[in-house]
Amino acid sequence: MSASSTIHVTATAAGRFGAYGGRYVPETLMAALEELEEAYALAQKDPAFQAELEDLLHNYCGRPTPLYFAKRLTEQLGGAKIYLKREDLLHTGAHKINNALGQGLLARRMGKQRIIAETGAGQHGVATATVCALLGLECVVYMGVEDMQRQELNVYRMRLLGAEVRGVSAGSATLKDAINEAMRDWVTNVRTTYYVLGSALGAHPYPTMVRDFHRVISREARAQMLEQEGKLPTAIVACVGGGSNAIGAFYEFLPDTDVELIGVEAGGRGTALGEHAARFQKIGGGVPGVLQGTYSYVLQNDAGQISSTHSVSAGLDYASVGPEHAMLHDSGRASYVSCSDDAALKATVTLSRTEGILPALESAHAVAEAIRLAPTMAKTDVLMVNLSGRGDKDMGILARELDLKGSERTKG
Amino acid sequence: MAIEFKKRPGIVAYLTAGDPDLATTRDIALAAIDNGADVIELGVPFSDPLADGPVIQRASERAVARGVRLTDVLELAKELRTARPAAGLVLFSYLNPVVRMGMKAFCARAAEAGVDGVLLTDMIVEEAREYLDEMQANRLAPIFLAAPTSPDARLKAIAAVSQGFVYAISRVGITGTQQQVAGDASGLVMRLRQFTKLPIAVGFGISNAEHVKAVSEFADAAIIGSALVALIEKTPAAEAASVIGQFIAGLST
Repeated sequence: MSASSTIHVTATAAGRFGAYGGRYVPETLMAALEELEEAYALAQKDPAFQAELEDLLHNYCGRPTPLYFAKRLTEQLGGAKIYLKREDLLHTGAHKINNALGQGLLARRMGKQRIIAETGAGQHGVATATVCALLGLECVVYMGVEDMQRQELNVYRMRLLGAEVRGVSAGSATLKDAINEAMRDWVTNVRTTYYVLGSALGAHPYPTMVRDFHRVISREARAQMLEQEGKLPTAIVACVGGGSNAIGAFYEFLPDTDVELIGVEAGGRGTALGEHAARFQKIGGGVPGVLQGTYSYVLQNDAGQISSTHSVSAGLDYASVGPEHAMLHDSGRASYVSCSDDAALKATVTLSRTEGILPALESAHAVAEAIRLAPTMAKTDVLMVNLSGRGDKDMGILARELDLKGSERTKG
Repeated sequence: MAIEFKKRPGIVAYLTAGDPDLATTRDIALAAIDNGADVIELGVPFSDPLADGPVIQRASERAVARGVRLTDVLELAKELRTARPAAGLVLFSYLNPVVRMGMKAFCARAAEAGVDGVLLTDMIVEEAREYLDEMQANRLAPIFLAAPTSPDARLKAIAAVSQGFVYAISRVGITGTQQQVAGDASGLVMRLRQFTKLPIAVGFGISNAEHVKAVSEFADAAIIGSALVALIEKTPAAEAASVIGQFIAGLST
């Protein structure tokens, strides 16, 4: 990290994770962010709000999700015991519903009838559209046209659920561009509209709020691990796009300093800028900067223009990363590695065929790292993978990449 | 060299630097100054201009694609300062290119280029401590946005740290033209007036002489942005300076 690109901050600044985070938005949004911060603080302390959230997480979404011992995968790899935290079994097929539900209830409580969201892989868009249907709220989802193509099924799901999907063709037509457009909508309709941001990104209070709604993942997993193994895991692996599933899976383990935390970024198809979304990569990676409201690691050129990114998984295809991950990276509490498109595709096949579980391409990045890591660990070690979503949405890409249309048995 | 509005309403002209190219932006800026613009806002092109509407987005995208950098915009500012010593010059940028250069280096280089003030779109008062220190050290005027949604407490804080002028956003939303000056604008200027003696300039959606006249009834200056950028977009580069010059001249009549 070069000294020239740091921002000096005061200790009292709002929403800071070490040097990272903060609020860097057009002034028009400040009143709304302050209102949101206050409403969220009140909701957190309100037993009725918490009870409704908990009830819906249980009866509507299917929490708690299982912590599943992947016996065959473990045997095949011959090292650490691998457990999967099954967020893929949640309603709508990914962890995203934890946050969408929490923010949806908050929006209703604030009296906002119009909801907007951005989506990359479509899972956050589907989760938000679902919650809006459940709560009777109007829903507009911004999605890059590139992502609309590769995650077509999720576009249909959102429309079926009653949401309007607005395609964004600016820039690389992916997640970053969808967030820009959602923020333009919010700045225009700020008085009537609630923005359900889908990852632990953006201006304060979003990174904190989104993390809090996903903390349930590690709260459950910690108790389940103690119950099933009688000890905490050796390491936890999760994929990191914006980083919401990872921060949810890490958070309750942060004080357990013996538990290694590993985030897996999208290595894409190469290490050069533009070929990946590995913000923490040492060379050709990100440097601290400001994108879309927060100060964190950002893939950019030396003039401060945001770099294009590539990943086979739309959900990891983003130039910046949640500010809390930037802090965990710098402090060394978590480590961040990357996994290539090819390794993720391979891991998708492996998990499907050893366990009968089809992971989302995003989650497959974490599975790939577990597959690499487990054989290097002792049989007494325990490795937990946060399986953040299921892969049904990716069938179009998988059919093409794995040649599922032609041969009987595919490569992989 | 100072930000000064000699007549009412003053005119602030926003240009996306490097669209269609840096030399043309220079010529356009000179023509704007010679035809009555009190202040030129040089927009630093950015890949992700999330506060801007389609017109400035496209201009920014074209300039970024041409490889226009913050350092080029600083050079351009220096040329303008040399050519027109009395004109007001403001750099208008998103934060990231500035952070990448380093706040200290940026402020020093802006001062060296002869710039009067800086406006950072996504810099709010609460985050501005280092920025304000560096601006002060370099005797540059920090200009902040004030929005119709800003409560009085925020307007007071904005007024307290602003210099040069305060940029009052005429309505909620992104940059771009509109039919008439929003009713939000006069209310905002009146609220802001309680807290500052600085000139107040109104921007967002100001695109013709009628709008400028409407603004003159309650504010000190009008900021024209998207209307100029749209005109530049549809004018051949060789004619852009004279077309913009005429347009600016026509705003105050």
